[in-house]
Amino acid sequence: MASPTPTDTAAHDTSQIPAPEGSITVTVRILRFNPEFDDEPHWESYDVPALPTDRVLNLLINIKSYVDGTLSFRRSCAHGICGSDAMQINGVNRLACKVLIKDLLAKGNKRTTISVAPIKGLPQMKDLYVDMEPFFEAFKAVKPYLIAYGNEPTHERIQSQADRERFDDTTKCILCACCTTSCPVFWSDGSYFGPAAIVNAHRFIFDSRDEGSEERLDILNDTEGVWRCRTTFNCTDACPRGIQVTKAIQEVKQALLFKRV
Amino acid sequence: MSTESLTLDKPRSPRRPAARRNNFELYSWLFMRLSGLALVVLVLGHLFIMNILDDGVHRINFAFVAGRWASPFWQFWDLAMLWLAQLHGGNGMRTIIEDYARKDTTRFWLKMLLYVSIALILAVGTLVIFTFDPNIAG
Ligand code: HEM
Ligand code: SF4
Ligand code: SF4
Ligand code: FES
Repeated sequence: MASPTPTDTAAHDTSQIPAPEGSITVTVRILRFNPEFDDEPHWESYDVPALPTDRVLNLLINIKSYVDGTLSFRRSCAHGICGSDAMQINGVNRLACKVLIKDLLAKGNKRTTISVAPIKGLPQMKDLYVDMEPFFEAFKAVKPYLIAYGNEPTHERIQSQADRERFDDTTKCILCACCTTSCPVFWSDGSYFGPAAIVNAHRFIFDSRDEGSEERLDILNDTEGVWRCRTTFNCTDACPRGIQVTKAIQEVKQALLFKRV
Repeated sequence: MSTESLTLDKPRSPRRPAARRNNFELYSWLFMRLSGLALVVLVLGHLFIMNILDDGVHRINFAFVAGRWASPFWQFWDLAMLWLAQLHGGNGMRTIIEDYARKDTTRFWLKMLLYVSIALILAVGTLVIFTFDPNIAG
């Protein structure tokens, strides 16, 4: 017989986690995976104290600090800026540092359960962190940098407020991958550039100072480009920066359709 | 730490050929929208005539079909519906194959199967519409 894999019910000693006044006990289920021991991911549960004002990230850090130091996840800024801690929280892609416990509490007196899994569609490396390489490869492929020909100007490249406004929304991207890994097309077809790459292409395509629009539009006109998007708005729902992702994609389609940026 | 020693299956291995610089995907996207619009009229009209008008399905028999196809208008209607629905549905299936086929060979053969079936149905359907003989029953 194969040794039983730890399951949902495996008890963890969480008594070391400090329980501040006003805290309640919630159950955090984590889709854990250690490539050195596990054949496949499995759920483990932790009953931990939480304040309504805590973020999911606080609970994860507590579990890592007091229960199991091997729990692996990315985080850096803890304030929704770096884009490291995208994960699937209760089935939707969110930044763990931006989700408050009070928004996840169960109705009535029922025990609150919070499920945390890695973002989908990228290879799970260990626990909650995934290999982001395919994601960044698509990002790099759209040439996400200013392309300008001719002589360097002697002063700054001037732009009107109206021209700046056109791509303002897409400058806000923090490359967290919440959008791309919520996209059903990306799940089934990993070669699709994905919404994040298109958002970052949009940021330059509609920049009046940039001269590489045509190259980028050509790239996104291809089989794995914007035409694969099915307008399901998953990406827009997932974006922690509130970027109108699907709208940006539609604007790129429009630019291709009418050959006009 | 090296990850080389880990034998992890990669569900995603980007296979992204250089941009082909043609507008095939653009036109097929546009075609889906335009043919979709035409199909709303053609298919709903067809369903209405065949299933609701007068006695609905109960009046459909050989003579009914023969009667309709005597008119070039209905011949053209059915021909347009056949071609648009086949190309629209076929292109939709192509999209689905692009989505779900993991291996290039699977992708290739599924698409071949699709294209052959599209060609066959278009050929047989078109042939019947144009060569239909109302006297065959007699
Ligand atoms: C009633 C009129 C119809 C309209 C307005 C319509 C519209 C559309 C549109 C706009 C798409 C593209 C979706 C996208 O790219 O995201 C689509 C996809 C598709 N259509 Fe239609 N369609 C109609 C009838 C049909 C018929 C009669 C068939 C079958 C022969 C069909 C089969 C498909 C398939 C297989 C897809 C691909 C689905 C996918 O991309 O996941 N449609 N349709
Ligand atoms: S709108 Fe397009 S890119 Fe966004 S999730 Fe849907 S299919 Fe993916
Ligand atoms: S568009 Fe939004 S969800 Fe997508 S990578 Fe950028 S910040 Fe994250
Ligand atoms: S840790 Fe930086 S965005 Fe959440």
